[in-house]
Amino acid sequence: MAKLILSMDGMQLKEIPLAKERITIGRKPHNDIQIDNLAISGEHAVIVTILNDAFLEDLDSTNGTQVNGQPIKKHFLQNGDVVELGKYRLKYLKETPQQAAQADFEKTMIIRPEMMPKPAEQGGEKAMPAQPLEMAPPPQPPSPPVLPRGALQVLTGTNAGKELELTKTLTSLGKPGVQVAVITRRPHGYFITHVEGAVFPSVNGKQLDAQAHPLQDHDIIELAGTKMEFFLKS
Amino acid sequence: MDLSQALETVSRSDAGMVRSHNEDSVYLNPALGLAVLADGMGGYNAGEVASGMVTTLLGSELEKAFGRQEPQLQGNDGQRRAHDLLEQEIARANHAVYQAAQSQPQYAGMGTTLVMALFYDNRMTVAHIGDSRLYRLRGEEFLQITRDHSLLQEQIDSGILTPEQARHSQNKNLVTRAVGVDPTVEAEIHDYETSPGDIYLLCSDGLNDMVEDEEIGMTVQMLSANLELAATQLVQMANDNGGRDNVSVILVRIKGEYPAPRGLTGWLGRLLAWFK
Repeated sequence: MAKLILSMDGMQLKEIPLAKERITIGRKPHNDIQIDNLAISGEHAVIVTILNDAFLEDLDSTNGTQVNGQPIKKHFLQNGDVVELGKYRLKYLKETPQQAAQADFEKTMIIRPEMMPKPAEQGGEKAMPAQPLEMAPPPQPPSPPVLPRGALQVLTGTNAGKELELTKTLTSLGKPGVQVAVITRRPHGYFITHVEGAVFPSVNGKQLDAQAHPLQDHDIIELAGTKMEFFLKS
Repeated sequence: MDLSQALETVSRSDAGMVRSHNEDSVYLNPALGLAVLADGMGGYNAGEVASGMVTTLLGSELEKAFGRQEPQLQGNDGQRRAHDLLEQEIARANHAVYQAAQSQPQYAGMGTTLVMALFYDNRMTVAHIGDSRLYRLRGEEFLQITRDHSLLQEQIDSGILTPEQARHSQNKNLVTRAVGVDPTVEAEIHDYETSPGDIYLLCSDGLNDMVEDEEIGMTVQMLSANLELAATQLVQMANDNGGRDNVSVILVRIKGEYPAPRGLTGWLGRLLAWFK
């Protein structure tokens, strides 16, 4: 569950879990978060939580609400956002990824109209709590190793000497309708694949088949009569 | 009329990098001009039961139905026959999944999204329920044709979220409509003209949640000469980005015109062709 940390002048005052769909902030005692200070309006702001997302709305307060130094009327809260009301600060913290993973937020679920929380402007209405779900935490995807940037240098033809950085996921080479190959950048390396044309490209003098072929530093690619060298930039 | 000369079709379906099984189902019938994709949900293997039922039922029932009547004909209400037929068959498939979920405890709560395209007479009818999508590449323009039935889309529509903010939302997984969870379901059905050269992409959210639209469009365009490779590449990109969900894609290329033979003209045409 997400939470707010209330502080003033660097002093942490309180930790408030966002346990309700609607949490009001203001000077008057009926607010969920009461801040008894004259710079705070009676009903200053509200935080509406819709399942895993939280929205902050200023309720036309006299002195306004700021998030990360910017005045806002309405704001979609992100982890680490600092909400400022007068001299008070509220830091918004989402649950850590590990905890979030336990809810398996990727799994598709149906949400029925009757359990749909109402957005802030419709106000007040109580939404039914979302059904609890039992699910196993998904394993974290392994973080890909940092891949050195690849590039091609044209060796023959009119463009000889030119260099082409392979920054995109896909870079196509050749002439459409004649011979085309594509170089894909993947987490673990660069691959060349034939796309179209009767003739397949070759790497280091060896003709490719229809399969993707991994590229090594200083491989020589020949395609549509042009030779190119593939290399990795350190 | 056999459309396999006018359409080039390819499909891929993959469990992804995290899930142990694949709850997506795809069905292709190029001769009929039919492509169906469903992303199932529900405990254990119920999701794949739901998506499998829907794709199989729609495939076989529509095949039977079009043996009896041509999809381009117009009914009394001016709607194309295809439109009504899709509506009718989706309602039946919904009922079948709902019944199974009600009667078998292990299937309780199962459901599935659906996106399908039926091609006929130089046009297509698209039906969808949930957050599986259909995109169109025409020339340089890559466009999302369907609009998700999801909490996120509703929030975007009502101005709570901008599309940019939606990319950071934690509520990506919530659909507002699905096949098989209620006794009835409303499919969203629209007709579109197609033109030769168009490429249509049907996909489950395992693709568009893992890969940006711009990147998807670029891939389809760059590899348009080789649809098999394009489909493989799309699945690979979703998996390279983490592959947190099942990922399925269907690509359909319009190779040429496919007008339906019309009454006498069709008959005359065939006669003339016979004399040539």
